[in-house]
Amino acid sequence: MIRGAALAASRIHPAELLRLGSMGLRTRRLRAALSALGIAIGIAAMVAVLGVSESSRANLIAQLNQLGTNLLTATPGNTFLGQTAVLPHEAPATIGRLTSVQAVSSTAVVQGVTVRRTDQIPPTNTSGISVRWTDTSLLRTLNGSVYRGQWLNDASAHYPAAVLGWVAAQRLGVVDLEQPTQVYLGNRWFTVVGVLQSLPLAPEIDRSVLIGLPVAQAEFLAEDAPDTVYVRSDPDRVLQTRDLLPRAANPAHPEEVNVSRPSDALAARAAAQAAFTSLFVGLGAVALLVGGVGIANVMVISVLERRSEIGLRRALGATRRLVAVQFLAESLLLSLLGGVGGVAMGAAATAVYAQLQGLPAVVPPIAMVGGLAAALGVGAVAGLYPANRAARLSPTEALRTV
Amino acid sequence: MSVMPHLKSPSATAAVLELVDVVKRYPGDPPVEALRGVSLTVREGEMLAILGRSGSGKSTLLHVMGTLDTPDEGIVRVAGYDTSALSDRQLSALRARHIGFVFQQFFLLDGMSVLDNAADGLLYTGLPLHERRAAAREALERVGLGHRLQHRPAQLSGGERQRVAIARAVVNRPAVILADEPTGNLDSASGAALIELLRELHDEGATIAVITHDRDIAAAAPRRVEIDDGRIVLDTRLAA
Repeated sequence: MIRGAALAASRIHPAELLRLGSMGLRTRRLRAALSALGIAIGIAAMVAVLGVSESSRANLIAQLNQLGTNLLTATPGNTFLGQTAVLPHEAPATIGRLTSVQAVSSTAVVQGVTVRRTDQIPPTNTSGISVRWTDTSLLRTLNGSVYRGQWLNDASAHYPAAVLGWVAAQRLGVVDLEQPTQVYLGNRWFTVVGVLQSLPLAPEIDRSVLIGLPVAQAEFLAEDAPDTVYVRSDPDRVLQTRDLLPRAANPAHPEEVNVSRPSDALAARAAAQAAFTSLFVGLGAVALLVGGVGIANVMVISVLERRSEIGLRRALGATRRLVAVQFLAESLLLSLLGGVGGVAMGAAATAVYAQLQGLPAVVPPIAMVGGLAAALGVGAVAGLYPANRAARLSPTEALRTV
Repeated sequence: MSVMPHLKSPSATAAVLELVDVVKRYPGDPPVEALRGVSLTVREGEMLAILGRSGSGKSTLLHVMGTLDTPDEGIVRVAGYDTSALSDRQLSALRARHIGFVFQQFFLLDGMSVLDNAADGLLYTGLPLHERRAAAREALERVGLGHRLQHRPAQLSGGERQRVAIARAVVNRPAVILADEPTGNLDSASGAALIELLRELHDEGATIAVITHDRDIAAAAPRRVEIDDGRIVLDTRLAA
């Protein structure tokens, strides 16, 4: 008798776990592929949403960095009586005295003047484009650049020369300046000397035809009081400049001056996109959940179909735990397969989208790691019940074949 | 004792399997008593046939002997271990190392080669794959399937499949091999060949218990135990 001798416990070599877990998948490849696809779609949706939004956010941030967050605008607000206020014409000069201000430019809509492609078009048809006079320093203050032709200079500011904003050029059908191009302003022809690149921080300039102040005064009797003053501040003292701006612009009535920071709008757009992102990630999570239910379903069926295998394994010496581990490994492997496929699909979708939109392709590492982790988590939860069920099956019951 | 002069005295060989007054009931109204006080000792190197009609309790007996089921009363000792004192984990370990099973339905896994099926007999001992395969190759050569190692079970005949199952049962050199109607799914020629194989293994020293309802197969075993209605009604040893 060897009574009392220690019985070496049932165990499997660690390297066998993968073999054991993949056995069920290898014998039912189509089923494995389809249930992994369920997980893959969920993960791909989440990764792609995160990737696409991160790509466009990266683009916005790059834009912000390029445009700078130190541009401020001062515009007239309302008077105490509720009427539209006016900025003093010396406002640019007084603002320029602030030590934190690097550049100041002013502009105003030339009232009562519209722009048309030819004199045959009725003057009421403005195409949403306004005519503005401006300082010649405007382009530098806005950090803008010329798309075609050239910017106004001190000479052309005295002559009927116009520069078109990006949107204005499109609406007027000005593609290039190969031929001499003219537009009809008010009641006389102006020569288009340049077209500007889009200015995301000053969309009102995009939709304007710009002329010099001297010619505006000479031709249209324009007032020299600005309706918008652009201020480029020392980047480290933006907030301070913003607080000082009303008093500097209109010392008599600082309360009649509105100050804004156009980059705030871009930043808000980035933030709004983040809000949308969480919504779509939520939808991806729902898809992932459905994929998880699919895996649970397949695993339950697998356990039912493989009763006799479970019985055999118990007869060969598998403990309940080892049976559970086998089915859990299968479920994890299935979801890992889906997770890897999903991350690859999501990254590919992001790359394609970014390529088409001309954005930098960014797939956040957290989305990839998180995607895999989410897949494994879903696989573990989905596999728990079937594995437990397989483990609880009594060997004699499992071996009884119908 | 005088009827088996060819055997060594019982004290000389160890009991690998010992059942004392085993009772097994299945719940119901009224409860069914599948085993009603079975006492049976199987000694090392023995080959016995357990014969009984269907419903006589012989399958339950095999399950209890193989620790797949626990008795409601009585004692079951396997390889010296009192199974009533063992947990599920310990019983599993006992099966992994000391008991080999052969089933009527073979229970081979179609997703793996013949070699890996036989190697599964050692899976739960924790040996690495290459060692298990080496042992499985040896066992398969022993049962005459050395030329079929890389085939799938589905490519084999019934008789060959049962030989794979026997190789899987003997690969861990168990204290006892329990075969449940091993010829039940075979034609008479392959069935006879299989019994011959079991006899050869017995001659080489293996301890084998075959459960069957077929008197011809039972006749091939040196010891015959007949069971009816949950009781042993006959236990004879034949002279070789």
